[in-house]
Amino acid sequence: MSAVPHDVAHGHDHHDDHHHGPTGLMRWITATNHKDIGTMYLIFSFIMFLSGGVMALTLRAELFQPGLQVVQPEFFNQLTTMHGLVMVFGAIMPAFVGFANWMLPLMVGAPDMAFARMNNWSFWLLPPAAILLIGSFFVPGGATAAGWTLYAPLSVQMGMGMDMAIFAIHIMGASSIMGAINIVVTILNMRAPGMTLMKMPLFCWTWLITAYLLIAVMPVLAGAVTMVLTDRHFGTTFFNAAGGGDPVLYQHVFWFFGHPEVYIMILPAFGIVSQIIPTFARKPLFGYASMVYATASIAILSFVVWAHHMFTTGMPAKTQIFFMYATMLIAVPTGVKVFNWIATMWRGSMTFETPMLFSVGFIFVFTLGGFTGLMLSIAPVDIQYQDTYFVVAHFHYVLVAGSLFALFAGTYYWLPKWTGYMYDEKLGKRHFWLSMIFFNVTFFPMHFLGLAGMQRRVPDYNPMFADFNELATVGAFGFGLTQLLFAYVIIKCIRGGEKATAQVWEGAEGLEWTVPSPAPHHTFEVPPVFEAKGHHH
Amino acid sequence: MTNNAALLMKKTVQAAAGLGGIFAASATWAANSKYNFQEPASRMAADIHDLHMWMIWICLIIFVVVFGFMFYSIYAHRKSKGAVAAQFHESTTVEILWTVIPVLILVGMAWPATKTVLAQKDTTNADITIKATGYQWKWGYDYIKGEGEGIAFVSTLSTPRGQLEFGEYPGENYLLEVDNPVVVPIGKKVRILTTAQDVIHAWWVPALGVKQDAIPGFIRDTWFRADREGVFRGVCAELCGKDHGYMPIEVHVVSEEKYAAWVAAQKQKSAAPAAAAAQPAPASAS
Amino acid sequence: MLVRLAIAAVGMFGFGFALVPFYEKICEVTGLRNLLVSNASDNAENTQVDTTRNIVVEMDANTHSLAWRFKPLQSNVTVHPGQLVRVDYEIENTLDRAVTGQAIPSYGPKVAERHFRKLECFCFTQQTLGPKEKRIMPVVFVIDGTAPVDMNEITLSYTFFEVAGKG
Ligand code: HEM
Ligand SMILES: [Cu+2]
Ligand SMILES: [Cu+2]
Repeated sequence: MSAVPHDVAHGHDHHDDHHHGPTGLMRWITATNHKDIGTMYLIFSFIMFLSGGVMALTLRAELFQPGLQVVQPEFFNQLTTMHGLVMVFGAIMPAFVGFANWMLPLMVGAPDMAFARMNNWSFWLLPPAAILLIGSFFVPGGATAAGWTLYAPLSVQMGMGMDMAIFAIHIMGASSIMGAINIVVTILNMRAPGMTLMKMPLFCWTWLITAYLLIAVMPVLAGAVTMVLTDRHFGTTFFNAAGGGDPVLYQHVFWFFGHPEVYIMILPAFGIVSQIIPTFARKPLFGYASMVYATASIAILSFVVWAHHMFTTGMPAKTQIFFMYATMLIAVPTGVKVFNWIATMWRGSMTFETPMLFSVGFIFVFTLGGFTGLMLSIAPVDIQYQDTYFVVAHFHYVLVAGSLFALFAGTYYWLPKWTGYMYDEKLGKRHFWLSMIFFNVTFFPMHFLGLAGMQRRVPDYNPMFADFNELATVGAFGFGLTQLLFAYVIIKCIRGGEKATAQVWEGAEGLEWTVPSPAPHHTFEVPPVFEAKGHHH
Repeated sequence: MTNNAALLMKKTVQAAAGLGGIFAASATWAANSKYNFQEPASRMAADIHDLHMWMIWICLIIFVVVFGFMFYSIYAHRKSKGAVAAQFHESTTVEILWTVIPVLILVGMAWPATKTVLAQKDTTNADITIKATGYQWKWGYDYIKGEGEGIAFVSTLSTPRGQLEFGEYPGENYLLEVDNPVVVPIGKKVRILTTAQDVIHAWWVPALGVKQDAIPGFIRDTWFRADREGVFRGVCAELCGKDHGYMPIEVHVVSEEKYAAWVAAQKQKSAAPAAAAAQPAPASAS
Repeated sequence: MLVRLAIAAVGMFGFGFALVPFYEKICEVTGLRNLLVSNASDNAENTQVDTTRNIVVEMDANTHSLAWRFKPLQSNVTVHPGQLVRVDYEIENTLDRAVTGQAIPSYGPKVAERHFRKLECFCFTQQTLGPKEKRIMPVVFVIDGTAPVDMNEITLSYTFFEVAGKG
């Protein structure tokens, strides 16, 4: 380690780069270093991704053919529910927080996150929550089977697995809020001199806005599930008409959290892609300011569209029309982002390393999900799509091809900075192409299934849906296996390979590329001097 | 944007038109295929179908134009082809244009959609009102107004249990058939009231263009007017527990005469057990 | 520091309590939760009967895991806006013990709720029925003149729930 060159951003000599605290397991348990914590977040989310993936493959195995071959309906519903919860709260969200931990201090030129001990606590809340959640499979009655949306009164009927899920959500919510506070303070207070807000890398902007969304809506989710908890055990009747409550109230509260939540899962992805495209197009990001405004307006609009998930609950025409218009409007800033990315590519000098492939793949396939979102926003037509496989296709296009592909892109992009070695480009590209193909084989046919009338969340179906389901299952297993290749590429890269330079990518710009690869344990202990290149002359 | 871009624009539009042609040709084939909505059996379902196709068209055109640019750029602006990066990074005109044009497109979508919402919500002047009650896991029906008033029955899945378990090859209407279907006359406005006994269910018949959640403790309403005879199948569309996938809906749309005959038969059926029950003991009868 | 913490704690605690009247106000404004309250008081301004309009009111009855027979004695009535109308429902306890129930009203279409004023209703209080008791219960209502012109069919529906631990 001592051979590693010192932090080039501040050339003077200071104490050694490597780590001084406890070693072994204690190093991780007591970790306060943003890079250590970031690594733990990423490992945690990958483990959750694999667990959720196993559940998904069990579901797909059951759906391979009509009839019940693999699991019984009760267990099928538990698996769908847990797959959703694990992927959303265990895989996607923590993965983005992992990126934030690793990269935000490096990008803004800060030595660490603002509250290093709280950072430790936000991470270490997650494993107990995960154990509680996954452990609920093994209690009497099994895990909750009410769908990841946990609609009352069905969730009120569930066994104790539901209570465990509620507590797990409380804990993960607390973790998210702490993480979000940390991110907000780091970005607002710890930027290098000269880096004004409008000069920060876009990833910082998207995370800043996401962090505000998290702080705003995680308590709402906690409130919703707490009301379920008291309805279950303490005789309240929030969601029970008998005592003056209303089951639909749950949906309003849940989706008031739920729609901003989907943007929590996609805005950081927008940020990652906005870092990568300019690098490989060797051209500054087009429309930086409009990207910031688009992100902010998406976030604000996301608070007034929640009832588009509830068009079939029977609301008055006026309400329906309001939520329809508001939802359609979100397509405008989303479109602006896509146009900006393409304009960034336009007349660039592009190369297509794996991060770029995943980013371009992201734009292409995520936008398909955006189109189906637009179709879903049309209330009278949504009546036919709602709760069918069409919706399943929509949210996998935006979450898998959106959030997950962006996470892959970001991983390949910054991996040399994390490990100090280049990953195996050939295998990375193979991972991209296999993911892309299998993703579409799995999810594209689901549009047709939904249109033809197959409802979601069922273990068995009419034979007219058999062929597309078969195809989807084949695709899903291919997609699942492909992710083992991803794990292999990562492990191989951690073990060694071609040495990475500090700059890593020819077109890369930003403070994170001024520190050596691998990034030393302590960076920017003296604030670097930031000069903006590219945007804003 | 230069000549180059204008040329590209022209090319893209041509490509879009070509692709559109293929799509149009396939649209007829797509009607009632497994690639699209079921063939509509009511005006409302037909309107929804048209709106859906309108949306697909618009999205397809935007898709072709936008990704035409992207793939052209991927093809032409690569380093390996010697492309040198330009350094432009903003253009107020372009940015205003691509904000305003989408807004206009959205207006084109919102206008017909709004009309359809208003029609969908207009449950007045119904000829027949039927209440559908969701139970875990079956549907109960009560004809509460119009011809057939007073008819009440429970409708459960009739797919043979053997098929549900293992092996046996499922029949054509596997999981979509019931013992007592809902029967309604053609051309009459049928208002469906939904409610539920335990948890939320949803009453959905795709070909008729209706889906309405059934909420315990409250009623909601929707309507349809079938414009052709036939058997239309639907399912519960809100997760309601273990057997959510096993509570289908079957609606028979029949002529007015057949409907009258069915009503008479139902009335007789419900009268018979009542009369039987009135007799104290079977032995003393006859 | 301690003082500030104490102030913050008291403030939060107070805020919690302030929420009670706050939500009550919200419910009042949005019309939530006044299910159990007669809304007779605010219909004084609309006593004019509009005989040019006919509205069909359908009666519907449901029970929720409750061993009662519950049905309207007339399936529908045709009324004019502003007209005072009485309809009757019948309930019968099929059990050999007393049971207490609470009826929850609901309207189809949902927007009808705003124009439907109940002056008397068995849903205003809990109802206790003795063993095998049968009872006829009235609902007196007015549909106010502000109901939209195209609203010519309204369903008045009740669901009876058992009030646990009573009876
Ligand atoms: C153009 C932007 C988008 C629009 C207009 C849109 C619209 C919608 C609508 C109307 C629904 C409700 C469908 C139904 O249940 O009938 C929906 C569902 C959903 N959307 Fe989107 N969406 C957009 C982007 C996204 C993004 C970016 C994400 C996440 C990254 C997302 C995730 C989801 C999820 C998870 C659901 C399903 C929730 C559930 O029922 O479990 N959407 N979307
Ligand atoms: Cu949403
Ligand atoms: Cu169901």
